[in-house]
Amino acid sequence: MSGLLQPHEANWYEASARERIAGLLDPKSFVEFLGPEQRAMSPHLAQFDLTGAFDDGIIVGRGRLAGQEVFVAAQEGRFLGGAFGEVHGAKLVGLLRAVRDGAGRGGPRAVLLLLDTGGVRLQEANAGELAISEIIRAILEVRSTGIPVLALVGGRAGAFGGGGIITACCSRIAVSEHARVSVSGPEVIETNKGVEEFDSKDRALVWRICGARTRYLTGGADRYVKGSIGDFREAAIALIPHAPPFELATLKAEQRRLVERLQHFGDCRDAPQIWRKAGLPEPDRIAEIADDAFLAIQRIKGADHDAR
Amino acid sequence: MTLDEVLASLFPSGHTVERGPAGTLHGTAKVEGQDEVTVVGIIDGTPLGVDGAIRLAANVLAAVEAGRRAPIVVLVDTASQNMARRDELLGLNEYLAHLFKSLALAGMHGHRTVSVLFGHAAAGAFIATALPSQSLVALPGAEPSVMDLPSISRVTKLPLEQLKEMAKSTPIFAPGVEPLFATGAVTEIWAANEPFAPRLAALLQQPVVTSDLRDRIGLERKGRLLARKIAERVAAEAAAHAGS
Repeated sequence: MSGLLQPHEANWYEASARERIAGLLDPKSFVEFLGPEQRAMSPHLAQFDLTGAFDDGIIVGRGRLAGQEVFVAAQEGRFLGGAFGEVHGAKLVGLLRAVRDGAGRGGPRAVLLLLDTGGVRLQEANAGELAISEIIRAILEVRSTGIPVLALVGGRAGAFGGGGIITACCSRIAVSEHARVSVSGPEVIETNKGVEEFDSKDRALVWRICGARTRYLTGGADRYVKGSIGDFREAAIALIPHAPPFELATLKAEQRRLVERLQHFGDCRDAPQIWRKAGLPEPDRIAEIADDAFLAIQRIKGADHDAR
Repeated sequence: MTLDEVLASLFPSGHTVERGPAGTLHGTAKVEGQDEVTVVGIIDGTPLGVDGAIRLAANVLAAVEAGRRAPIVVLVDTASQNMARRDELLGLNEYLAHLFKSLALAGMHGHRTVSVLFGHAAAGAFIATALPSQSLVALPGAEPSVMDLPSISRVTKLPLEQLKEMAKSTPIFAPGVEPLFATGAVTEIWAANEPFAPRLAALLQQPVVTSDLRDRIGLERKGRLLARKIAERVAAEAAAHAGS
């Protein structure tokens, strides 16, 4: 990172989890919970000859966003691909439960999840998988108290596996061009189904299938931002007041929009087929145009929704 | 166990469960002590894709909307999530999340939710069908996993034999019912030689569990020693900082 840049000017993709928090929140407002000085580390990595991290690859705490109290969690995608292990997952569970239990008593206005993860950490797979389900339940409990949970995705590891499912359980989702949000990673599909099904070396294909632009245009993300930390900050500030409640009406609306997506595009196997069917301009160029031109495109009908 | 054997043993008083598209099941059943139980499921080892997930969610949401707070039983014999370009293009993460949200919402609306695993379930399919419910029962033949050991071996670069040896001393990564019971994911294991119907009736008569106690159970069973304590430490620090 250049020392000349202000924290919010730095590039999200290049930044560490701590740099993202520093640039996202109001200056010097962040207070970390169970910080690295307490050395809450994974006890499971040593038997795999892996070195642990003092924060187990996730930073949780509170701070202010445009003057409002928020809770925040940031995954470090450069530590074991940001994967969910026992301690890593439990830190996020604890943060969310604290929000839930403090709701209505001067608690935070929102929770921000800076996801950057390949999914479950296989060295502690059972604990990681369970943690993901505990995190989702806790997110939904927080949302049902009326507090929004936002997913911000634009890191190297993307949001894969359970991380992709967690993303879609949040109230609102902001992505930058580098974001990939999916369940199975391209390599996993290629390994299991062959290169004809998914050539994971074809980077352009990977981004067309899993990437931010596809998610945003189809309604799998709510905001597409340019790449700076400040862009994510602006998006988060703008999204918080417009978060949908977690209730039956929301899920019925989500059911309808997901059914309609299958009806309209269920036979498509690549993104330009969807753009063509939807009547978007220059469907074969959408992946390559600059961000400003991309943001000028009218999203597919129904992509701008409260059904999440 | 076959599906028919599972249905006969769970619902000897009768059911209307039928096969639907994409390997799904749907119907109602009679269970002692309940007016009616909603049954959904994914069977035949079908990988869970967008089509199956949306169908299951529709049936769960219909049960919530009906307003009778009927218990919901999810029968699970799936595989992993469907590994296909098409499903990922269409946003499989949203479909699996939607199914999870639908089952979680049912719990919040007072439905007793129980997943019954009698075959495979792995990775994202395990998250979306087995782990959203308040209770998870493993029947004979249940084979839950996050990832199989050969795949873990590939990723971790450790020999399979060494992983098998390590799996004997820790439940933290190994596939199977016993490790997932120890970590708190599986609530109960039912053996083949006992009728399932009375056990299901007893389980459904338990009050709706509103909080997620699996980390406490994992601690009690000594399969997941840290999760509960770490979550509590974070929450305690958060509470200490509140309003400061």
